[in-house]
Amino acid sequence: MSRDVAIVAFAQSDHRRHTDDLSEVEMVMPVLHDVQRQTGLKASDIGFTCSGSSDYLAGRAFSFTMALDGVGAWPPISESHVETDGAWALYEAWVKLLTGEADTALVYSYGKSSPGSVRDVLTRQLDPYYLAPLWPDSVALAALQAQALVDAGDTDEPALAAIAARSREDARTNPHAQLPGARPQGAYAVQPLRTGDCPPIGDGAAAVILAVGDRARELCERPAWIRGMDHRIEAHSLGVRDLTDSPSTRLAAERAGAFERPVDTAEIHAPFTSQEVVLKKALGLDTGVTINPSGGALAANPVMAAGLIRLGEAAARIHRGESDRALAHATSGPCLQQNLVAVLEGEPRA
Amino acid sequence: MPKEPVAVVGIGQTKHVAARRDVSIAGLVREAALRALADAELTWADIDAVVIGKAPDFFEGVMMPELYLADALGAVGKPMLRVHTAGSVGGSTALVAANLVSARVHRTVLTLAFEKQSESNAMWGLSLPVPFQQPLLAGAGGFFAPHVRAYMRRTGAPDTIGSLVAYKDRRNALKNPYAHLHEHDLTLEKVQASPMLWDPIRYSETCPSSDGACAMILTDRAGAERPPRPPAWVHGGAMRSEPTLFAGKDFVSPRAGRDCAADVYRQAGITDPRREIDAVEMYVPFSWYEPMWLENLGFAAEGEGWKLTEAGVTELDGDLPVNPSGGVLSTNPIGASGMIRFAEAALQVRGDAGAHQVEGARRALGHAYGGGAQFFSMWLVGDTPPTG
Repeated sequence: MSRDVAIVAFAQSDHRRHTDDLSEVEMVMPVLHDVQRQTGLKASDIGFTCSGSSDYLAGRAFSFTMALDGVGAWPPISESHVETDGAWALYEAWVKLLTGEADTALVYSYGKSSPGSVRDVLTRQLDPYYLAPLWPDSVALAALQAQALVDAGDTDEPALAAIAARSREDARTNPHAQLPGARPQGAYAVQPLRTGDCPPIGDGAAAVILAVGDRARELCERPAWIRGMDHRIEAHSLGVRDLTDSPSTRLAAERAGAFERPVDTAEIHAPFTSQEVVLKKALGLDTGVTINPSGGALAANPVMAAGLIRLGEAAARIHRGESDRALAHATSGPCLQQNLVAVLEGEPRA
Repeated sequence: MPKEPVAVVGIGQTKHVAARRDVSIAGLVREAALRALADAELTWADIDAVVIGKAPDFFEGVMMPELYLADALGAVGKPMLRVHTAGSVGGSTALVAANLVSARVHRTVLTLAFEKQSESNAMWGLSLPVPFQQPLLAGAGGFFAPHVRAYMRRTGAPDTIGSLVAYKDRRNALKNPYAHLHEHDLTLEKVQASPMLWDPIRYSETCPSSDGACAMILTDRAGAERPPRPPAWVHGGAMRSEPTLFAGKDFVSPRAGRDCAADVYRQAGITDPRREIDAVEMYVPFSWYEPMWLENLGFAAEGEGWKLTEAGVTELDGDLPVNPSGGVLSTNPIGASGMIRFAEAALQVRGDAGAHQVEGARRALGHAYGGGAQFFSMWLVGDTPPTG
């Protein structure tokens, strides 16, 4: 690819169980202002804008139109929207910058799970004729996957508890996290998953700014260059997939160039402890890699923003000089059906 | 390095109808995709990525249906991207797919948009109360009717113009085997005598609710050299958005639409759209939007759009045919409607539009809009590759 694209700014909200006092627009506005402040860019300076969100979480059609009002799309802007996690909005923006039609892009996403029951809401994304009428919820489906891993000897309950403990311990240094610090593993939510193996339900938003080449160097002291990015989807039906593996993640990582050289950091989107086991295997992450130093989705999982936050957290570590080559991953759909992988690099330090 | 040229080599539609009770959502989209593949003489194995769009998930009651549709669209193991930009989504989806090719991320992309309105109730889906805003309690027509009245007041257009558009589009639809409404006995008088729904919009001046899907195969220059037939080439494409409501918003001729058209014309080297464009597939869900968009898209001066319609310029055999396919007024699977406009524009420049072919069409515009007339997407296609 002829153009180098980098993440030059990242902001996220404080993730909370309830945001009854905020509309979605009010939740998004501070993170938009934050990335604009970091770069000095105004809405009218940005070449392309793309967002990710879900009407089903908002409980109404065209919910993203309200957030666009918050962006201040006047004079009119070049803009698009994906009905999924903002990581895919970032992908669309990355492609747009590669065409040469824009030099900068704003990407944002948000989700409020608090107004409804997110476990019930997510059942509506299943096959509408055969599966959704049974209302299998997201925790039950994740538990199927976890049990398959236990049966295969890939993990056990103490190992899962250790993932939960490590994630929430790491989240102590993340001021935005919803669940920082030690938590009891708790009772079974759906066996073999305990409440501690499950992500918190919460509301949140995130925003990222992308820029190309020298524009990125102007806007950021140490841009996080996107060396590759790819995403892949698997069959929907859980019955035709090996739930202990994630071939789509492996293929996306390969196409993104993740296996060409080792990474030092991996921000992976694993809302359930058991999914980290699957993803670590698919990505070949060994003990030398710092996994989810932010605490990951187990510490804060605002649906539709959690994947974009993984990309943002990985980039921010490069910005701060804490990483030279990082992998970021986002997932969508039941039991890791769809997966996106990006490889980010900082320029060598003197 | 200049962008890779993008060619449309396959187009497939379903026969649009009020209710496709014989197929699931998956069956519907697969039908359109298979027709596009057959048109291009390609197989699933030739497709590198799938870009799918539709309007709100509430219409079918399936959250993020692309997850469930991955298998039906041969996307397993491939990238699949879902676009949602309200009513403009069919156009936006095609543009996102085109960007994958022009950026050289993928060589051959299947793009598809659909709506199966019979599985839900679009009126309900469009009438949910929105906090802090005036409720849109009567579907899209209730929202757009006041803006039509504003257009009439501003331009002095006689109240007969809307019925002329509807009568024209419904007659054009008779020549399009995929169109939903085939009203063989419709007369201008019947349009004018149809019930008033949202003054001044009458029943026969509104779009139907359709089940349908539209698919296209986009590919790069090398892919376009394959048989079987010459492709349509993308000469320009753009999206523009502006806020829903704000002081100073011009609902009659939104600036986002004007800016979007100007960007597309700049890319395509068009300086006089009225003369240089041979056919237009325009998003006209309520008949009065034809004269309004004629002005917004630069085909007529401000206040003059209705005169083109009245003079027959936009008829199939007119100087600037608008919606030779019958348009959204005859076929409206909402999420697919924008892509149908883009695909019909491509059919015109390929000379493949059958009975509704505009003779000698070499450059055609596909247009879509959505939200509160705030999201716009357009492309201009031609019968030869873009230069430069």
